[in-house]
Amino acid sequence: MSILVNKDTKVIVQGFTGKEGSFHAEQCIAYGTNVVGGVTPNKGGTEHLGKPVFNTVKEAVEATGATVSMVFVPPAFVADAVMEAADAGIELAVIITEGAPVRDMQAAKAFALKHGMMTIGPNCPGIITAEECKIGIMPGMIFKKGNVGLISKSGTLTYEASNQVVKQGFGITTAVGIGGDPIIGLSYKQLLPMFEADPETKVIVMIGEIGGDLEIQAAKYIKEHITKPVVAFIAGQTAPKGKRMGHAGAIVSGGAGTAAEKMEALRAAGVKVVVSPSEIGKAVAEVMAK
Amino acid sequence: MNIHEYQAKQIFQKYGVPTPRGIVANTADQAVRNAAELGGKIWVVKAQIHAGGRGLGGGVKLARSLDEVAEHATKILGMNLVTHQTGPEGKLVQKVYIEEGADIQAEYYLGVVLDRAKELPIIMASTEGGMEIEKVAEEHPDKIIKVAVDPAIGFQGYHGRELVFGLGITDPNEQKKFIKFAAALYRVYIENDAEMIEINPLIKTGSGDFLALDGKMGFDDSALGRHPDIEDMRDISEEDPDEREAGRYGLSYVSLDGEIGCMVNGAGLAMGTMDTINYMGGTPANFLDVGGKANAETVAKGFEIILKNPNVKAIFVNIFGGIVRCDRIANGILEATKLVHVHVPVIVRLDGTNAAEAAEILKNANIPNVIAATDLADGAAKAVAAAKGA
Repeated sequence: MSILVNKDTKVIVQGFTGKEGSFHAEQCIAYGTNVVGGVTPNKGGTEHLGKPVFNTVKEAVEATGATVSMVFVPPAFVADAVMEAADAGIELAVIITEGAPVRDMQAAKAFALKHGMMTIGPNCPGIITAEECKIGIMPGMIFKKGNVGLISKSGTLTYEASNQVVKQGFGITTAVGIGGDPIIGLSYKQLLPMFEADPETKVIVMIGEIGGDLEIQAAKYIKEHITKPVVAFIAGQTAPKGKRMGHAGAIVSGGAGTAAEKMEALRAAGVKVVVSPSEIGKAVAEVMAK
Repeated sequence: MNIHEYQAKQIFQKYGVPTPRGIVANTADQAVRNAAELGGKIWVVKAQIHAGGRGLGGGVKLARSLDEVAEHATKILGMNLVTHQTGPEGKLVQKVYIEEGADIQAEYYLGVVLDRAKELPIIMASTEGGMEIEKVAEEHPDKIIKVAVDPAIGFQGYHGRELVFGLGITDPNEQKKFIKFAAALYRVYIENDAEMIEINPLIKTGSGDFLALDGKMGFDDSALGRHPDIEDMRDISEEDPDEREAGRYGLSYVSLDGEIGCMVNGAGLAMGTMDTINYMGGTPANFLDVGGKANAETVAKGFEIILKNPNVKAIFVNIFGGIVRCDRIANGILEATKLVHVHVPVIVRLDGTNAAEAAEILKNANIPNVIAATDLADGAAKAVAAAKGA
């Protein structure tokens, strides 16, 4: 079992024939993801990586029955692509692109929700169900199958965490990179109940960072609804206030959104909070042993 | 990206957000000519820097004659203005804004920001104009009125009514003027992809008019591509030169005050690396994310920028290769040692895609000063030890 995606999930790629889209779509196919086609306007009717190319998402969905789209279009076109996917009946759009304007994402997400489409990202590594389905840019070989569910704002910390979990002799059910932009799609609060309901997932690891209050919302949710053990790390304990740390959303503004307040809220909710990402694997092993 | 007050006011005026009249000057002579052109008997000479608290720092002065305009402008231009937002090093004033004096009857605060929890722009207003909004939020949260506006419907009449009733503005004529002001400011926010707008204070004059006495604007960097007019307002002298240079190479850099330089891929891991160094008893000298498209050139540049900081006693390269392949980083390290004199120990931890090839490249190169680490904890510990001279 897993959450959201598995080996049967039919995936299309928006921005399929572009440089980034091609490279990563190929890697996904090699991993075993069921990529059923892609969309690039004016290239409909051709083939790419052995899969059909369509002019519109609507055509692609009608022809292939795809339910998930991996979005690789350039930043200025992300909102358009996401809204097109929502309108065409896609159920989940995984938005990899970095640098989409906040105003565009606000509009695109609101429209997606109206159409019942979930989104992941933007500016994220994507989602992977270990040894079944990779929709994103993460190095697949790190994610061995196991019983740990992973939710992370940071791409490389997702890899770091998974690597440590595997070194401890465990593995991953599904890992979701939710992205570090000010407005993102699925977040802890929506993903935690999915892992809670997934019989294979025994432990949940959540990785957050400074800025915003999603981790605080997560702490409240965990306290009330999550029975499985949760291990957490919040990046940016040493980050100065008022400075943007790489991710558009990673900023302590007006003294709010600090790592300390998030760690405190999570601890109060019974979460095992580690102070360095190098402790994640050990912490998972400890809660597994209980 | 942030802009100056005088630039924010230019944008305000374009959208019908009322401001006092003013003209920017680079010299004291020009300041006097501007004041004469504006006319009147009272002017305000205002230092233009990207920081708040200018008045308390001596950067805003009232002038009652053209001689006083000259006197204040001479003093303010070229001064190193220190405020609570500039840090102790202060900021050099290169421009002054000469503005007509205003008759202040009441002071308000009005701002627009993104509410990340609601995922909507939010208009914030308060009767506590002139005070820092964070302070008001802390001490009198009831005195801040927050009105979220859904961009799908735009600024409606009820948004305006919530604002004026919340602020206790009862005169119907004043209500109309304030609502028009707020509606225009919302348009400024949306149509320019602003990240935040702050007017503190917004004043009511004796004749019941509302004016933006101050103006602060920041923009969504990801949207600047579609606003060339705003990009033109960029004042590079206000930006940290190292951060700016890093940005040109696709690197994200923030300077800190510790001793261990960090080069990491990914913002989360970069922060996590700083946190780990701190946890191990060391101090990070910087945040540096080499991003998803690092190559030999960008990595060498990263070394160059890190090494500009004289406090750096060791460098910790921590790469978990997903998109960034470790062999590329390894080549970057080799390239950097050719281009830049690396006089401090470099602790290298490369893991993930092509890690084995990377280890081979580094081993064959046999560079003195390069210490291999097996994982994050090992690397951080070695970096802390190296910085302490162990």
